[in-house]
Formats: sequence, C-alpha cells, structure tokens
Amino acid sequence: MKPGVLLSARQAGKAFMQNGKPRWACRDVNFDLYPGEVLAVVGESGSGKTSLLRLLAARLACDEGSVHYEVRSEQANETNGLTDLAQMSEAQLRRLARTDWGFVEQHARDGLRMNVSGGANVGERLMALGARHYGRLRQEALSWMERVELDTARIDDLPGTYSGGMQQRLQIARNLVTQPRLVFMDEPTTGLDVSVQARLLDMLRELVDELQLAAVVVTHDLAVARLLAQRMLVMKDGCVVEQGLTDRVLDDPQHAYTQLLVSSVLTP
Amino acid sequence: MIEQHYNFAFLDERTKKRIRRALLKAVAVPGYQVPFGSREMPFAYGWGTGGVQITASIIGQSDVLKVIDQGADDTTNAVNIRRFFERTTGVASTEITREATLIQTRHRIPEVALTEAQILVYQVPMPEPLARLEPRRRETIKMHALSEYGLMHVRLYEDIAQLGAISRAYDYPVLVNARYLMSPSPIPKFDNPKMHMNPALQLFGAGREKRLYAVPPYTPVRSLDFEDHPFEVQKWEHACALCGATESYLDEMIVDDQGSRLFVCSDSNYCEDRRDGGHVGTQQAVSLRNVVPDQSEPGISSAGGAA
Repeated sequence: MKPGVLLSARQAGKAFMQNGKPRWACRDVNFDLYPGEVLAVVGESGSGKTSLLRLLAARLACDEGSVHYEVRSEQANETNGLTDLAQMSEAQLRRLARTDWGFVEQHARDGLRMNVSGGANVGERLMALGARHYGRLRQEALSWMERVELDTARIDDLPGTYSGGMQQRLQIARNLVTQPRLVFMDEPTTGLDVSVQARLLDMLRELVDELQLAAVVVTHDLAVARLLAQRMLVMKDGCVVEQGLTDRVLDDPQHAYTQLLVSSVLTP
Repeated sequence: MIEQHYNFAFLDERTKKRIRRALLKAVAVPGYQVPFGSREMPFAYGWGTGGVQITASIIGQSDVLKVIDQGADDTTNAVNIRRFFERTTGVASTEITREATLIQTRHRIPEVALTEAQILVYQVPMPEPLARLEPRRRETIKMHALSEYGLMHVRLYEDIAQLGAISRAYDYPVLVNARYLMSPSPIPKFDNPKMHMNPALQLFGAGREKRLYAVPPYTPVRSLDFEDHPFEVQKWEHACALCGATESYLDEMIVDDQGSRLFVCSDSNYCEDRRDGGHVGTQQAVSLRNVVPDQSEPGISSAGGAA
C-alpha cells in the first residue's frame, strides 16, 4: 500500500511588502512529500529557497495557498489525515516543531543554545517534553553524541568551544533526539570545508536511511542535492521552474535556468 | 508622630484600589505575574518599593505590622520601612511574629508557622524566573502561557553537569499550583518548603519591574528538581550559638581574622523567643579552617576559638 502524504504544499506563497507593494518571495509552490523521502530545493541566492522552507516549517504564515501536514494523533500508528498548518493553534505548532519536526539552521549558532553545554543542548527537547531524570537524559545525550560521531568526552563543554563541523553535528543530534519524522535543513553544509562536508553528508545519509526521516533540504550545492535527495525543486525568482527526480533533473535538465545551473558546476 | 500631610499609608485611595484590583487577579491565578501601575515611592528601587506598595494598599487601622529584612527586625531596611508605616498610618507594629497580622519581608520567611489570619508580603527584585534564560519579554510571556518550562530544567541540568549539584541556593524556582513557574523572591531555598500549603496569604511585589503575584492560602508550591537529584534544603553542622536551635536557618558571621565563625539564627525574633524560653547555645564561635578533608586531621571543624 502506498503510504500517505506527509507534507503537502498547495499553491503556497509568501509576499513581503516593499514600498507598499507586495513582492513575492516564493509563489505557487506545489509538491507532496512522502514519509522517508528527501526533497532538495536548489536555486541561486535570493530565489526564495529559505522563505519557502520557513513557510513549510510554519515559521512564516502563507499569504497565498496553504501547507498541510499529517499530524500524528495521540494513539500510536493512527493519524488525523492532513491538517492545514494555518488552522493549528500556536501551542500545537510549537509542540509539533519540537517533537515531530526538526530544523537544522544554516548557522549552527542560531539553532543551538550557546550558553549551555552540548549535553544540555541535546537534552533540551526531552526536558521540554517532561523528561525529569538527569541520569537518563545524560545517557540519551551520550548515545546521540556517539551517533553523530562527536567525542563524548566533550559532553559538558560549551558549543562555542566546538569546531564548525562539530556544532553542526550537535545541532543535528539536538533535533533528532525526539525521533522526528520530518527535518528541515537550511544549507546544512555551507561554510564547512570540503572533507568535513563529505563526512557530514555521509552521516546525514545514514541517519536519514536508518530513521526513515523525511527531509526538505535547501541548498545551492547541486552535489549535496545529488547525494541526499530523491527529488528536487529548482527555484528562480520565487517560482519553481522545474521539479522531478534528482537524477532526471540533473542529467536531463529541461528548463533553461536548470541547464545553466547544471553547466555552471565546477568539476575538479 | 503621624504625618498629617499624607493620605493614610502614603498612597492615595485610587492608587491603592488599583493595586488591590491587581492583587485580586493575582490571587485568582496563583503564580501569574500581574502588571500594575507601580508608583514612585520615597525609597530607592531595590529597597522594597513593590512590597511597600502592596503593604500600603492592604494595611488597615486594626493591622499589626512586622517588617523583616534578612530575618531580622532591626536592620536598616526593616527599621526604615516600619517607621515609614508608623508615620503614615499610625498602626501598631511588632517584632513578634505571632502577634503580627501583616508581615512585610525581604529574603526570609519567619521560622514560626504562619496562620490564616496573617498576610506575608515579599519584596521582589526580579519577578521573571526565566529572565536570565530568555531575554525576550514577549517570549517569556508566551512560555508562561503555554507552560513551556523545559528551559528552566536545562539550566538545572547544566548546574548538575558542571557542578555536580543544583547550585542555586536562593531564588530557587518553584511551580505554583502545578501551573505557573514562579520566582519565590531571593529567599533561601531553605524557606521554599514553607511556601507549600501555607495557611497565610502570600503576596509578591516588584516595584521596578511593575509586576505583582500571589500564592493564595493552601496552594501547592513545588520546587523544581530531577527525579535522581531531588530538591534539598541547606543543612548546618552547627547549632545556633545563642539559642542552640538546630532547625532554623543560620547566618554565618566571621568574627575575627583567624577565620572563626559565629553561627546564629537569621530569624532574630525566633532566636529571642527561644532564649526567653530558656534555650541556650554554646555562646561560642567555631573555628573553621579551609583545609581539604583528606588531610590527617579527624574533622574539618573543631569547637573553640574566640567567643
């Protein structure tokens, strides 16, 4: 049986006001995301990738169209069907955002609490959900640090003392600790050097596979899209110009902009 | 003695009524911080302007007032506030906890159990328990509204991870009526259990921050903790040097340059009461040496030294 749609965008759009006139950051975005599927959103700077991601994660409200998510009901293995995010209360959305969703920020500093240790960062979501046993929280933090290949001896160090790649790993661990079904990633590998990038991507691929995560990955790096995603959206000036299976889009680009994008990749 | 130029209890009747209305709301929603129109008082901020305004709003002709500062009735803050109310209201004041109907306090809850006929007013410097953790006021209001208090536990986790125990010794966060996270004002955590199911009405005022809140009589007040690191109050190896009390909160005073310390009850009225009842302490300071316990001496403290 085909599993149900997890996340669905229907004519979703977001406009920002500029000199009294609306300027569309992204518009008319349509796609369905299935459980366990990874979708890449590519495009150049200013094409509306991040705005789209924020719309999907309900950090921004849609000005047009809607975003629907299949909310898990209280009973396990049962769902309420697709729910319009705009219809949900703020309490429900905040709960969703720290249980069923993860959000990996481009800059790890934005997604971490820099004034508490790595262990506390990993445990934060669990404590927000009512975990009140220090020993078990610590165990959980250690096991997650191990899974994202962080040195467990540094559990009590502040994230500020970690390297960029380690901070990004910590951020991922902190998001995955509640076993979300959907993770949003905003340029997760930008700003890291190439070898660190490769290791991080490798780890992400493994985790996505192992936990059956669905993910929406925003990136301008086509290699990242190729490595992680099954499907991709190509955006230009706030519009989706092409979407399809990653290999199809990259190997046989149909739209002029996608052809330009693919041909401008440097290969050493 | 009474200053004739001022209204009864300094504030005008309308201001007092406004504050009483805010207090009613605070009592109706235990632990919730109610904004109120805090007035300039003839005290500096930090001297208890919030507590003074609450006391001024609820004090009546028949009340008996007691003012405590750090447990004592005769310290600067207590003396000044008591004199302020004596001059502007003419009501009777007392140092005896049992006789008071209205007690304004800073940093302590009296050792003697309070009754239903008493009201305890706290002076609060920082009413928002999440202030140090979340700088945005709007966000903290939202967190209270949705009772998202995981962040406070992150702070406690961090304490245990870095220091081995929850290090906060005063202003220890509590959950009121299983709903609102509340700052108990800077009382030692020793006093936190006294707030739980207390028969007296407890009112909290923060003048600079313009907030007041309340714990109505017989309201559950729980100190936050972890299952495997339960909440504990301070303990002392010594008894009060004056009255021999072992159950009270003790102040530690260094009395000479040899490091001798005198341990005495912080609640001066409680200590006096016990001494009147015939209890006697050692009358001596103890010398504590700052030595690590693994040295060859049997204990780290020994009686003796200058009295």
